[in-house]
Amino acid sequence: MRDIRELKLRIAKRIIREFRPGDCINLGVGIPTFIPDLLEPEHPFIFQTENGLLGMGPTPSKGKEDWDLLNASKRPITLQKGSVFFDSVESFAMIRGGHIDLAVLGALQVNQEGQVANWMIPDAPVLGVGGAMDLLAGAKKVIIAMTHVDKADKTKLVQHLEYPISSIRPVDLIVTDIAVFEIVSGHMILKELTERMSIEDLRRITDAKFEIADQVHVYD
Amino acid sequence: MSLKTKKLDSKVQTPHEAIRFVKNGQSVMVGGFGLSGHPLTLIDALLEMDTRDLTVISNNLGENGKGLSSWVREKRIKKAIGSYFTTNKEAVEQYKNGRLEIELIPQGTFIERIRAAGSGIGGFYTRTGVGTELAKGKEVKIIDGVRYILEFGLRADIALIRAHKADQSGNLIYNKTARNFNPAMATAADFVIAEVDEVVEDGLLDPEQIITPKVYVDILVIHQKDKRESNA
Repeated sequence: MRDIRELKLRIAKRIIREFRPGDCINLGVGIPTFIPDLLEPEHPFIFQTENGLLGMGPTPSKGKEDWDLLNASKRPITLQKGSVFFDSVESFAMIRGGHIDLAVLGALQVNQEGQVANWMIPDAPVLGVGGAMDLLAGAKKVIIAMTHVDKADKTKLVQHLEYPISSIRPVDLIVTDIAVFEIVSGHMILKELTERMSIEDLRRITDAKFEIADQVHVYD
Repeated sequence: MSLKTKKLDSKVQTPHEAIRFVKNGQSVMVGGFGLSGHPLTLIDALLEMDTRDLTVISNNLGENGKGLSSWVREKRIKKAIGSYFTTNKEAVEQYKNGRLEIELIPQGTFIERIRAAGSGIGGFYTRTGVGTELAKGKEVKIIDGVRYILEFGLRADIALIRAHKADQSGNLIYNKTARNFNPAMATAADFVIAEVDEVVEDGLLDPEQIITPKVYVDILVIHQKDKRESNA
């Protein structure tokens, strides 16, 4: 069994390759929070955090934490040059109004049409919805960052969602620690796969039905 | 010739005086994202009173046992309306045994409902939540081919907010991401108490920098530093 943190970092690094210079990107809780720490300080991306900041920088060094300068996971962050603070009204106007180029979100499950469940597990003490539904409703593009299987080795890519849906809007890309899938017109298409696994192996650990792209690249 | 008028009194009161305005059974908006922008002095002051059966409107219910977590622990809250309570174990526990009623709202809808109420708007249509469990029973409208659901404004009897600095007459400025839900909440309650680090004389805040105009603020309370605040 590989270190879970290592798997998460791998997913975060792969997602960074999807960013284009100048993109305004919302980073959700969980795996996406690794991203600002994996970049050079002078990178060309603008990170939005929905608690009221455009221009989120990496984690501060120990002793430099400011508890009024936090990300959506309530962890201390720093400021990029040219950053701006705003209140929650403005933040979600930006999100719903289509001004965010890309949102990177975690998920509990994704179905084969690309719809996401990421806010509730029936009969479990999860009493939170946060900003995920707003991001799914309004971001121009959505990437899901999640491990391929859960702690019980159960696949998170399913034919039908078992958990409550977060939005009728399908996401655009799903990056797991094993594979990368694109959603095109309601179809899940395998784009990249780790060298450690064959397509048959992947089908065994993936409940969702997926198609194979003309060229499947190695996910390194 | 100008008329002589009486000068306004300062809005500053002690936490104890201010928190008496919160009465049993009222709805109370409380600012903050976790503990950042959360009015900890006012929250602590309420615990010295017997006030209970409150409906709390706040994004979270405190964090790490602090802030509103103490109201949950002391069973002062009847119902909580907000977007994310998962990390508050006591809230989850009380919800499970039926002691605490909970209404979850997507964060953007939550704050827009407050904004609407505070600006005289009865409701609005949003795409957020369409087709989910949170849309059940809500009116659906198709506008330009897109599905929206109707959400109503959300008001409270009283709002407890947290800002950085105020002038004597109640204009407010904030500190970094501690601004969050506070400016909108200042507009959506019948009575607004702002907890601040410092109160300066009128004229010392730059009018270009003020975020919350004084018209919204009824009382000011100075934040009392607490050793528990070192956090995490």
